[in-house]
Amino acid sequence: MKQPSSHIKTLQIDGQDVGANQDETILEVARENGIYIPTLCEIEGLSPHGGCRLCLVEVKGVNKLLPACVTHVQEGMEVFTNSPRLQEYRRTILELIFSEGNHICAVCVVNGRCDLQALATKLGMTHVSVPYLYPRRSVDASHDRFALDRNRCILCTRCVRVCDEIEGAHTWDVSGRGVQAHVVTDLNTPWGDSDTCTSCGKCVNVCPTGALFEKGKAVAEMSKKRGFLPYLTQMREKRSK
Amino acid sequence: MMIEELHKIAAVERDEDNRFQHHIHVCMETACIASRSDHVKQALTEAAAGKPCRVKGVGCMGLCSAGPLVKVEPEGVLYQGVTPEDATEIVAKLGDSPVSRLECDTETPFFKRQTKIVLENSGLIDPERIENYIAADGYLALHTALNTMTPAEVIAQIAKSGLRGRGGAGFSTGLKWTTVAKSQGERKFVICNADEGDPGAFMDRSVLEGDPHAVLEGMAIAAYAVGASQGYVYVRAEYPLAVERLKLAIRQAKKLGLLGENICGTTFSFNVDIRLGAGAFVCGEETALIASIEGKRGQPRPRPPFPAEYGLWGYPTLINNVETYANVAPIIRKGADWFSAIGTEKSKGTKVFALTGQVVNTGLIEVPMGITLREIVFDIGGGIPEGRKFKAVQTGGPGGGCIPDEYLDMPVDYESLLKIGSFMGSGGMIVMDETSNMVEIAQYFMEFSKTESCGKCVPCRVGTAQMYELLDKVVKCEATMDDLLLLERLCDVVKNTSLCGLGQGAPNPVLSTLRYFRHEYLARIQEGNRETAFVSH
Repeated sequence: MKQPSSHIKTLQIDGQDVGANQDETILEVARENGIYIPTLCEIEGLSPHGGCRLCLVEVKGVNKLLPACVTHVQEGMEVFTNSPRLQEYRRTILELIFSEGNHICAVCVVNGRCDLQALATKLGMTHVSVPYLYPRRSVDASHDRFALDRNRCILCTRCVRVCDEIEGAHTWDVSGRGVQAHVVTDLNTPWGDSDTCTSCGKCVNVCPTGALFEKGKAVAEMSKKRGFLPYLTQMREKRSK
Repeated sequence: MMIEELHKIAAVERDEDNRFQHHIHVCMETACIASRSDHVKQALTEAAAGKPCRVKGVGCMGLCSAGPLVKVEPEGVLYQGVTPEDATEIVAKLGDSPVSRLECDTETPFFKRQTKIVLENSGLIDPERIENYIAADGYLALHTALNTMTPAEVIAQIAKSGLRGRGGAGFSTGLKWTTVAKSQGERKFVICNADEGDPGAFMDRSVLEGDPHAVLEGMAIAAYAVGASQGYVYVRAEYPLAVERLKLAIRQAKKLGLLGENICGTTFSFNVDIRLGAGAFVCGEETALIASIEGKRGQPRPRPPFPAEYGLWGYPTLINNVETYANVAPIIRKGADWFSAIGTEKSKGTKVFALTGQVVNTGLIEVPMGITLREIVFDIGGGIPEGRKFKAVQTGGPGGGCIPDEYLDMPVDYESLLKIGSFMGSGGMIVMDETSNMVEIAQYFMEFSKTESCGKCVPCRVGTAQMYELLDKVVKCEATMDDLLLLERLCDVVKNTSLCGLGQGAPNPVLSTLRYFRHEYLARIQEGNRETAFVSH
């Protein structure tokens, strides 16, 4: 016998009544309804990571902040995406990201086209109030067409995920712990010597900053092409049906 | 393995024991072995050859600072600081008056004020002989559960006992078992978290080294209750002796049909394997631990989904700590009511603590929940050495806090500790006296968190590094009041936005020392101001 069941949930985001499928995350539903939640490690078409903590939202009755990118909707949920407290936290997290690497926009290939820079502007981060750590980080320009500048890497792992989940090569991974963590190719061999890299360039295009870029691009010349990702995922979903 | 066989093994073992008039127990755990208890045991065995006396290696007897410890039964005489040269004298004086220069007083509060459940066999049985464990009623609970109780009844007993997770967070064990039991999955797993890593903590190591079968029996009962057939013990590689004893215990239990297929003649099958940690503290976090077992980089993922629903390789998984499992068999054997009579209203049973730092008696203790910190530090611990003044006690590891003397009379339970800015944690307890500087303590713990952060989420990765630098400035008298404000702001952000318990707890040592010892921070800042003022003149 067919049991009655409900897959549709209704909830409130910032006072707005919205409907959602039970499989959807708060972030997906917010986007459908034109409600902006800042994200950085998240990118449509890749598995969620939950590492940047910018999409944290408040939910009434829950004393912890929840990441919108992985939290599923529930009936009657009351979500707040933009409280003064959240704005403050987000700005501090952005400041921490800027303080951690060596982000010098004026000489960066993606100046003016950078996700991190755009987010800082959008969230009103006017200055960095925590001391810069000025880490010593290495550059890998051994690949024919692309280069990696770890000074600009924010460890969002988009490159790791796109290479693993979409390209299927799993060339990228993270090595080390804490502030010493950094992305590596294969088993920490130079990118140019990698046996697994197919030189598809997907990592370069999903990278939110100028950490991964095409060689031969000067300051502010590099723009990232992202259209392929939702297209690929859509086509795969269609084929698997 | 039928109940008659179990009783027979126990009877044979007891008869064998009764052949000897005296039993000499030598602690064979890491701490005592480090002070050559293995040589002591060897010497005692040689000295006792041909005499009605048996020398046995046992688990921790508690007073680790006085090791190597040797106990003579049935007289109950405890010797401390024994050397191999003392062996002949100890054996010669058996049945006579004890060797007074080595004697350790067992009438002190250190021994009298403890209540032993988890450590009931520790110091009494030989952890390398399953027969010894069986003679101490071992595997009786497993037999009872499998043959006379349904899985639901087992869970009901555990729930009724009020047992809560001993890893530190204090989640209801019965509730956790229920969620795993109710989760749908082709397979289910049971994991024992033995990735103990808090500075100064060695409770789980002692349990595994002193009574490994208690943990295995608890795991098997849990597996029966939730419907799992495979278990893993995730133990850190830095505990080689614990790993060795655990391996031996698994082999012995399999041989007797207490693990493996058709346990105790029932249809229940359960196997246990060991997985070694590779030295990352964060792998004690359950989702990171699971990732590590799966062969992935050990880093946490957001919860929900919780492992109870989506755990090892996506299957429902029960994860409990070593000490939690060690409580299971006694609860089944003696009943939930017996267990819940111990402790406070919300925190039942006992807690094992590794008492270390500036205290006279350092070692392993097991106390009923609700005991006060004062009783632990001053009665059991014997107070501060050399007449110095008590300053604080740190509980909960790098995610815990420092508790000052004004809270010494507070009962030790999950809620009370949380209320005053600390945390039960897995059981590390570090006592500090007036010579300790609290800013340096905070910096020490922050360095630990900074180094052990996996680097996945921004607030923990960068926040801990930034807080460490700020604390360093305070320690060096180079900080300003603005730095202190920034430190407090970062504490708030890291605590509330980090992904897992490591980051969420990392600010606690700073927050608690700022709360109770703010003047020490201010003193260092003012000191710095004075120096700068002098330079600018």
